[in-house]
Amino acid sequence: MDRFRMIFQYFQSSSESVMNGVCGLLALASVKMYTSFDFSCPCLPQYNMAYGLGIMLVPPVILFLCGLILNRQSLVMLEEWRRPQGRRKKDLAVIRYMCSSIMQRAMVAPVVWIVVTLLDGKCLICAFSGSMDPEKFVGFANVSTVQVQQLLAKVPCKDDELMRNNTSRKAVSRYLRCWSQVLGWSILLILIIAAFLARWLRPCFNQATLLQARHWSNYIDIEQKIFEETCCEHSQLFAHKCILHFFESMRQEIKLHSFSLPKEGEGAEGEEDHLQGITDQDQVNKLLKMWYYEKPPLDVSQAAPT
Amino acid sequence: MDKFRMIFQFFQSNQESFMNGICGIMALASTQMYSAFDFNCPCLPHYNLAYGLGILLVPPFILFLLGFVLNNNISMLAEEWRRPQGQRGKDPAVLRYMFCSMAQRAMIAPAVWVSVTLLDGKCITCAFCTSVPLDTLGNASHPQLSQGEVQRVLARIPCKEIYTGQQLIANEVAVRYLRCISQALGWCFVLLMTTLAFLVRSLRPCFSQAAFLKSRYWSHYIDIERKLFDETCAEHARSFAKVCIQQFFEGMSKDLVAARCHLPRKAPADAGEAAEKLLGITDWGTMNMALKSWHRCKPPLHLHPPALSTGNGWAGEGQPPKHPSAPRRETAAYYSWV
Repeated sequence: MDRFRMIFQYFQSSSESVMNGVCGLLALASVKMYTSFDFSCPCLPQYNMAYGLGIMLVPPVILFLCGLILNRQSLVMLEEWRRPQGRRKKDLAVIRYMCSSIMQRAMVAPVVWIVVTLLDGKCLICAFSGSMDPEKFVGFANVSTVQVQQLLAKVPCKDDELMRNNTSRKAVSRYLRCWSQVLGWSILLILIIAAFLARWLRPCFNQATLLQARHWSNYIDIEQKIFEETCCEHSQLFAHKCILHFFESMRQEIKLHSFSLPKEGEGAEGEEDHLQGITDQDQVNKLLKMWYYEKPPLDVSQAAPT
Repeated sequence: MDKFRMIFQFFQSNQESFMNGICGIMALASTQMYSAFDFNCPCLPHYNLAYGLGILLVPPFILFLLGFVLNNNISMLAEEWRRPQGQRGKDPAVLRYMFCSMAQRAMIAPAVWVSVTLLDGKCITCAFCTSVPLDTLGNASHPQLSQGEVQRVLARIPCKEIYTGQQLIANEVAVRYLRCISQALGWCFVLLMTTLAFLVRSLRPCFSQAAFLKSRYWSHYIDIERKLFDETCAEHARSFAKVCIQQFFEGMSKDLVAARCHLPRKAPADAGEAAEKLLGITDWGTMNMALKSWHRCKPPLHLHPPALSTGNGWAGEGQPPKHPSAPRRETAAYYSWV
């Protein structure tokens, strides 16, 4: 799986690449989710619109929130926004830059869902079949109002006995699908034009400020990572010292209680060090019990005993 | 997977190669999109033309703009275009070269979409079914219908299941006719595009080859320079952060020592690296205070010069900047435009 490791490394190379990778994965996941979702329109007059619009609009909100959650930079941005000023000034341009980059990446998966939904057409057919004008379609023109509503509501259900071979149903379905696809392509076109203009025109406005904001937002990210790494290293050493202290204090206690002289200079010194003077089953049991019932204090300021 | 790694690295080597890769992926994606898209002709007189031509022309436009959006060079081009002259002259030939190379790559996916659409035939059938020549293809004995009726009947040609005009013109005949025209158009389009590409490639060395080589070199240079600048800034930010954090911990432990009025502890005999790495923080309370202080009172973005001269084992190179502006560029010899 060398290939995956390489792709993984490429995306890990900078935090922006990681975010782009997550963004792309979410978009693919949203397409996969849509294709595996079993859309089933209720075909009842009041429920159709709610179901259709619900399927079209609720998953995008969920995907947007997922995009925000999975993005590490949103936590960094929130922290930078809410921290007290202290000795370091806060630069609003940096916070704005981070916010806009997070929002842009989080918007990709919801937009993909909405566009795929519209291009497929089932949601809109389900939601708006009841709002069609029956006069336009031959099969529904001379039916009473109540019945026509019910018939129109059944249009999305191809397998219903009434509707199976109804040409007017197919006409309504085709009409709505056509509009749905037109809407989908239009939304895609507008968004792409907006993205193109944003990329093209951005260097025309405040390019220097943008470079600064980008640099310092990167810096904040790197600083946070290095701080966490430093803390990790520190806790390793701290833990090591703490445990050494504990073993030493146990050894001293055992020496006091058991009157056995420590063996001097026999055998390899290295092995003795590792054994920390604890050399039989009872001692080990006692040590383990102490470790559980009386953990040592978090304080290694005394000089480490050798 | 050594081969794959080599290919990957080759594409990564510069922006142009990377864009070639993206370009190929987009072309494949456009064929995939077309086959996944469910073409749904409305079969109504005025809607057919709009829908058919829309599907033929709008997605290529979207793909073309997408090709620009995905290309990082576009912001580089705009930046180079709008920057103040400063100490470096601007060469419009370089800008033109960059724009042309971007546009050429962005044209591939739309051309693929248009070719696939025309060769498949559904779009043209949908758009032009109402213009089928009834005199030559229609049945000799057909009922006299008004113009509107005829249009409505013909509009249903793509929708076989509701087509009612068998006496007017056989569905098969009309579809085959339109498909034939569509495929002919498709092949002509492919031929035209390929011929254009061939001419552009083969005739270019005949015109101002020297100027072309110059523009290509300097456009690659601008790309590489920008990448190196970004990498240098990232390196600088790393070093800056390391020294800043180190000074923060040192400052913390000094404060605590002062506050508790302890005598400064002499480093124990076996200090070495471990005690240094403990950064003077040796108990729970101190660590908590350090973490709280990190959040409540972040250190200023200002490194102290004296700390940098003591070899602490951390290669800090951050010079104290006067204000949080972009760091200095590494000085390099600028060659004048050759």
